[in-house]
Amino acid sequence: MTVTTRPERVAARGEPGERPRRTRRVRAPRVVLHLVLVVATTLWLAPIAYALYTSLRPYSDTAEHGYVSLARSLTLDNYITAFAGADLPHYFLNTMLVAVPAIVVTLLLASFVAFGISRFSWRLNIPLLILFTAGNLLPHQVIITPLYRMFLEIPLPEFMSESELLYDSYWGLILIHVAVQTGFCVFVLSNYMRTIPVELTEAATMDGASVLRQYRQVILPLCRPPLAALATLEFTWIYNDFFWPLVLMPTGEKRPIMAALANLRGQYFVDNNLVAAGALLTAVPTVVVFFLLQRQFVNGLTMGATKG
Amino acid sequence: MTARDFRPPSSLLPGAGLSRRQVLLGLAGAAAVPLLGACGGGDGGSGGDGTGPVSIGSNSSNPNSAAAWQATFDAFTAKSGIQVEVNTTDHETFKQQINSYLQGSPQDVFMWNAGDRKSALVEAGLVSDMSDVWATVGDNYSAAQKEASTAADGKQYLLPYFQFPWAVFYRRSLFEERGYAVPTTMDEFTALAGQMQADGLVPLAFAAKDGWPQMGLFDILDMRINGFDHHMALMRGEEPWTGPRVAAVFEAWRDLFPYLQSGALGRSWQQAAGSVVAKEAGMMYHGMSLGSEFTGEAYDDLDFFGFPVIDPAIGAGAIDAPIDGLMISSDPDDRLAVNRFLEFMSTGEAQMIRLQNEPSEVAAALDADTSLYTPLQKKAAEFIASAENVAQFMDRDTSPAFASTVLTPALQQFIDRPDDYPTIQQQIEQQRKPIFG
Amino acid sequence: MAESTATSTGARRRRVPRMTRTDRIVLVVLVGLPTILHVAFVWVPTLSSVALSFTDWNGVGGLDAIEWVGLRNYEQVFTIYPPFWPALRNNALWMLFLVLVPTAFGLFLAVALDKQIRGSRFYQSALYLPVVLAPALVGFITQIVFTRDTGLVNGLLGLTGEGAPDWLGDSTLNLPTVMLASGWRHAGYVMVLYLAGLKSVDHALREAAVLDGASEWQAFRHVIFPALKPINVVVLVVTVIESLRTFDLVYVINKGTNGLELLSVLITQNIIGEASRIGFGSAIAVMLLLVSTVFIVVYLGQVFRKDADR
Repeated sequence: MTVTTRPERVAARGEPGERPRRTRRVRAPRVVLHLVLVVATTLWLAPIAYALYTSLRPYSDTAEHGYVSLARSLTLDNYITAFAGADLPHYFLNTMLVAVPAIVVTLLLASFVAFGISRFSWRLNIPLLILFTAGNLLPHQVIITPLYRMFLEIPLPEFMSESELLYDSYWGLILIHVAVQTGFCVFVLSNYMRTIPVELTEAATMDGASVLRQYRQVILPLCRPPLAALATLEFTWIYNDFFWPLVLMPTGEKRPIMAALANLRGQYFVDNNLVAAGALLTAVPTVVVFFLLQRQFVNGLTMGATKG
Repeated sequence: MTARDFRPPSSLLPGAGLSRRQVLLGLAGAAAVPLLGACGGGDGGSGGDGTGPVSIGSNSSNPNSAAAWQATFDAFTAKSGIQVEVNTTDHETFKQQINSYLQGSPQDVFMWNAGDRKSALVEAGLVSDMSDVWATVGDNYSAAQKEASTAADGKQYLLPYFQFPWAVFYRRSLFEERGYAVPTTMDEFTALAGQMQADGLVPLAFAAKDGWPQMGLFDILDMRINGFDHHMALMRGEEPWTGPRVAAVFEAWRDLFPYLQSGALGRSWQQAAGSVVAKEAGMMYHGMSLGSEFTGEAYDDLDFFGFPVIDPAIGAGAIDAPIDGLMISSDPDDRLAVNRFLEFMSTGEAQMIRLQNEPSEVAAALDADTSLYTPLQKKAAEFIASAENVAQFMDRDTSPAFASTVLTPALQQFIDRPDDYPTIQQQIEQQRKPIFG
Repeated sequence: MAESTATSTGARRRRVPRMTRTDRIVLVVLVGLPTILHVAFVWVPTLSSVALSFTDWNGVGGLDAIEWVGLRNYEQVFTIYPPFWPALRNNALWMLFLVLVPTAFGLFLAVALDKQIRGSRFYQSALYLPVVLAPALVGFITQIVFTRDTGLVNGLLGLTGEGAPDWLGDSTLNLPTVMLASGWRHAGYVMVLYLAGLKSVDHALREAAVLDGASEWQAFRHVIFPALKPINVVVLVVTVIESLRTFDLVYVINKGTNGLELLSVLITQNIIGEASRIGFGSAIAVMLLLVSTVFIVVYLGQVFRKDADR
């Protein structure tokens, strides 16, 4: 089933060719609709707003008056402590050290595989596709112990890893992210590439282009939308991950930003207002990425869903 | 600067403005420090001439605690010229990855707990024997502390640096206002609880959401009813969980339920402590760590008494007083330097650097300068010193696997439905054999 | 000279004009390298975990420390491990809830927002926002909203003291509460999936239905919803997988105890951390793997059936 998207071009009111519409009957339901949406949106945003409110109050205020109370004083101290005390910029850089290479390599490798299995017919195409897609859906706890052992055994030169192992190195984290995320990206990209007309590559082949040329000059440029979408998705997922570093990166200083959040807790004493501030701060980059690339984001999630 | 250097936020460091590196360089240059006749020879570790550096894995990530630790390490470096490299992880994560950490590339020394929690690591061969250090500094510790630091093979593996007791905490002013008296026997205790209830207070604040605070109640009831030896044997998996002795513990606990704060399963211990601060609850059986919830004048008002006697024949000589300490990983770089480091950390002087700002703990060393303590800390130190037997708390005394996968859910279940205790005893017992072998 | 088989696109598989040898090698490398990576770091560990589930191992030491015990771990999980059956039940309930409630709500939101009414982009953003937040943050928010004594809900409703509902501590209330929090996040995700799906539903169909005099509900039920069938399957499977993978949310709240037991938590408890019951934990992991696999097969079956139809 091919799905086509036709922009809705219904004549606007007053234009020639205007179709009679049930505008009058739609009025009341439309108002109700807006009402429902407003209520839903308020409910949806309320918890986040409450967390924000909590984070702006000093611990002494909430300790004395409780959390559900009008703030006697508001302060940005929690944010300052979270930012400086938990050293957020440092940990953010750590995350970037992992996320950026991981995204680039994942997309590159996934596009290779997608190119191979969607533009050429081999018998292995479908099994490979199944392999990659299933690999992405596995729960991570299932593989952590053997993976940890593997990481302890695989050596790396000293300039790549202080520990001289894949263990406790950024390369190791990048590697596991790539290995796992390639699955989803292969699925999405292969579906997308399938829709690119054969004529384009055939023309290139006629001109004597090698497969690499085809890939570079024909396919890749056309894949910009799904690549951008996947990049934003992957950023969110890798950014929010703390599971791999938990076991595979014991050096606290090198851990990604979710570790910084954990550092705000004391052994016994937890300042919830501080943690709220920290949590919201750490959420900022993902929210920024989301807003900037919202359109791609929507497309990204659905690439795998509707195509193919 | 290697990636392992710890850089505490300079604004929180005493003497802010100087980077750690500057301080170290300055001191190293200025200090004469000999260090050395002891060069060469390694006893233990793989080559190392005693000049370090010493690396330590710390689980104290909260900025204030981390700064306090850094001050301690700096004092050591000033005294010995040996650098200390710190790798900090937050407490929870550190505990979670302890096994993978120690098998990977751990630091020379790391922070951990006494009790069976350390023994599990000993049995797995992940830590080094430190009896040689104990030979030098052992006099600075009590017999109970040595006991908790010793493994089944008779050797020591842990060096204590702080400890705190579990006791019944209350606000002195509340007791004075209402004319309550500190109870010494169980009967007096329940009578007091009844009185509090009649006065509209919650007698015992109680939290169970975090999974571990309730273990304290089980521990103390078992020690009061069945004695310290039975309790330790139970923790070691040598005694059955079914049968009348353990049943008696659950029954006594169940009988306390009318006085325990309801909704414990949804309450964190901080919230429970909060009700004591707010004088909504009269007492709370917890570790002295709850002191962090009492600030200012509330802290001055904080007092405690030991859990009362249940069986006069057994008395109240056994308490839970967990010890935190340092352990050596299996293959430290410079064993000599590590020993020096531990010898320093065993002194009261070193331990007090931190504890001046940690009012919820006391130094483990016997020669600690108690004049720097708050009255509460002094009382706690005496309380621990005078105890006949010291246990380490359930989740440190028994096998970690047993504590986390069996006892935690079992006790949660009990608190949800106290009358189900015979079934719960059965379930625990069924799982005891596979885990303890 | 490359020859191309004369085909009509779609009727037969595309046939690549005869490739040069270099091209062939290049392709093999392009596809092979990532495949090897993926297999080595995802599938090899998975199969190892399956193997480990038949052993008794505490995570320390090499192969010689591993003791083969056959089905003993599975036996123990089924018979003497009290949290297992509640966890299974909770996972099933979670799955059911996510599929029925947030998914339906997400569909409703998508249909509502598809109308291109004013403020559509804003509504979409707001409703999608929880999806971007880290699950641990969502867990934290859940706590400050639902704690009995200091939470927002009880505070606003004026319910205090011993009789107040203990949304997180009462084992009969906490699972629905946490599922609600999870649904809060999930609805946005589903909404966006359906939004795209609706965009690709042929407008001609819709207009035809309207012209035929069908009401909105009828148009939806008989025209649009059937056309969404492929997306429904995707949403279903993604929802199921998400429900099985849930971990951070309950862990942050109470470490997954007292009514919030989930398979993922049990696995983590046994494998990561001090417990280090690798064999035992792997047995639970294998069961989770089996359940996931069933749905993966369904998902892929649907997807590739579409391919075969082309």
